[in-house]
Amino acid sequence: MSTINKSATQISSTILSNKRIGAYHQILLSIGDLASLCRPGNFVAIAVGDESSKMILRRAFAISRITHGSASGGAMELIVAPHGSGSRWICAQPEGSDIDIVAPLGKAFGIPTSPVNALLVGGGYGSAPLFGLAEVLKARGCRVDMLLGASTGSKIYAPLEGKRSASTLKIYTEDGSMGERGRVTAPISALIQRGTIDVIYSCGPMSMLRAISDLTEGTDVVHQCAVEESMACGIGICMTCVLPVKGEDGTISMLRSCIDGPVMDSSTVAWDLVGKTPPAVTL
Amino acid sequence: MKIDYEGFDFSTSLADASFPSPIFTASGCASSGKELAQFFDLSEIGAVVTKSVMNKPRHGRPTPRMAETPSGMLNSIGLQGPGIDYFLANDVPWLLNKGSRVIVSIAGETIDEYSVLARKIRAVQGISAIEVNISCPNVENRGMVFACQTDTAARAIDGVRKIIGGEIPIIAKLTPDVTDITSIASSVVDAGADALALINTVLGMVINLDTMRPHLGGKTGGLSGPAIRPVAVRAIYQVHSAMPQVPILGMGGVASGRDALELILAGASGISVGTASFGDPSAIPRIQRELHSLLLARGFKSLREAVGYAHRSIEEGS
Repeated sequence: MSTINKSATQISSTILSNKRIGAYHQILLSIGDLASLCRPGNFVAIAVGDESSKMILRRAFAISRITHGSASGGAMELIVAPHGSGSRWICAQPEGSDIDIVAPLGKAFGIPTSPVNALLVGGGYGSAPLFGLAEVLKARGCRVDMLLGASTGSKIYAPLEGKRSASTLKIYTEDGSMGERGRVTAPISALIQRGTIDVIYSCGPMSMLRAISDLTEGTDVVHQCAVEESMACGIGICMTCVLPVKGEDGTISMLRSCIDGPVMDSSTVAWDLVGKTPPAVTL
Repeated sequence: MKIDYEGFDFSTSLADASFPSPIFTASGCASSGKELAQFFDLSEIGAVVTKSVMNKPRHGRPTPRMAETPSGMLNSIGLQGPGIDYFLANDVPWLLNKGSRVIVSIAGETIDEYSVLARKIRAVQGISAIEVNISCPNVENRGMVFACQTDTAARAIDGVRKIIGGEIPIIAKLTPDVTDITSIASSVVDAGADALALINTVLGMVINLDTMRPHLGGKTGGLSGPAIRPVAVRAIYQVHSAMPQVPILGMGGVASGRDALELILAGASGISVGTASFGDPSAIPRIQRELHSLLLARGFKSLREAVGYAHRSIEEGS
């Protein structure tokens, strides 16, 4: 088998539940044996609309959590913001309906082999995959602290059961409607200087990922971020979701965030070239 | 081939190249094959048409590179790729080793680049055909697209023919963004093209209402998907009508077996499936199965009987 998309499978999946939580929908999908292949940071690509739909492209969502067991096998949880025509369609699907999914896709978060101090930073619904990650890290003996931010309280996703896997959880909103007023990146600099963080895991808007990257640059803190670029296919054939990434020899390559990401080492991303054309390739 | 076509002759040919099935990938929509291999056996489709490759490695255009549109999408990739040397050393051997038939698509910025690419391809064994993507800006002529004028289209094809003509079929890929596609088709056939690939994407633009600027990094993009299928059917019909002896690799919005059949009836001998794979990674084998059933249901004994069937006269019956 090919090494690209090596765990990816296309299946028809039944929606087990679809609940509104604040500004988001929590959707639970029955995925059977695929559950054992999914890792925190992986994503799923979902076909939207029916046969007569004018929407021809799949929608990509970070896998929020995986649950194993029960009679029906494994399940996948997604946190979906109904902000576009495709995500609104998914959020409108009733329990019991079947949808076409391809999963698991993409590179997962790297999990340290020995216990470390991990800081998990989530922006908006970007917090969703961090709770599954926190469980895995905690099981490895890591200390897990979590910072969540959003523009307003209804856009903070922080489920009760998820909070248990973090030692501390602080919430920031720009309008001050929940937690502290301000940006989620505000306390990071002080935390790094205190020397109590080994790894930062982040998921959220690109501006947030870049801001964290600026803070970790030149420090010993490793920063793994799950990037967000619009993609047409999710499986590496459309070449639309590329990001400029620095290789070991310093050359820039336009890497697909679906296959070489979404999780990337932020120190390798050429953030100042995102959305620009890198210098011409030299042979 | 593991597929049993129940005695039906599903094979096709593009000039001297033969294929067990008429369903191919479309250049630029399957990368170089590895990504789709997880979803189906690449040896069970007609051929993999690889992403248009240029002489040197290339970054392509800035993001955003994509915008979904009603029943279609715009892309603005800008021919990102590893360059021909890497491609021939790595991707082609991998595909051939998988038992896939390979059609290599090339793109150039100068007439000379097309010749250089053809020379490098000529040195590699096992390639079924060469698709010459001439829908590229000609840097030597104010960025005018080769395929938009009869003389530059012909010169690009002539550059390839001089190197590789008669060895493997040359398929000229044309843009529908011209006043008269049959005159372009005729000029490239006169210059040595053995077959035609119709159609490339249709140039379009989306303006972002938040920024109130063109959405794509490259401003314009190529429209693909079911939205352009009628344009493809028209172009194939017109060209087949003018030059029924020239085989056509048809493409443009094919998302089902019924769509593939429509292009075949218009005159296509083979079908490339592109954007449909973005929405459904197993679209190609599905379309292949659907087309086979539809042809059987209509009483055809072979694929070849159906090619251009829409052109028959009233006297030739229903």
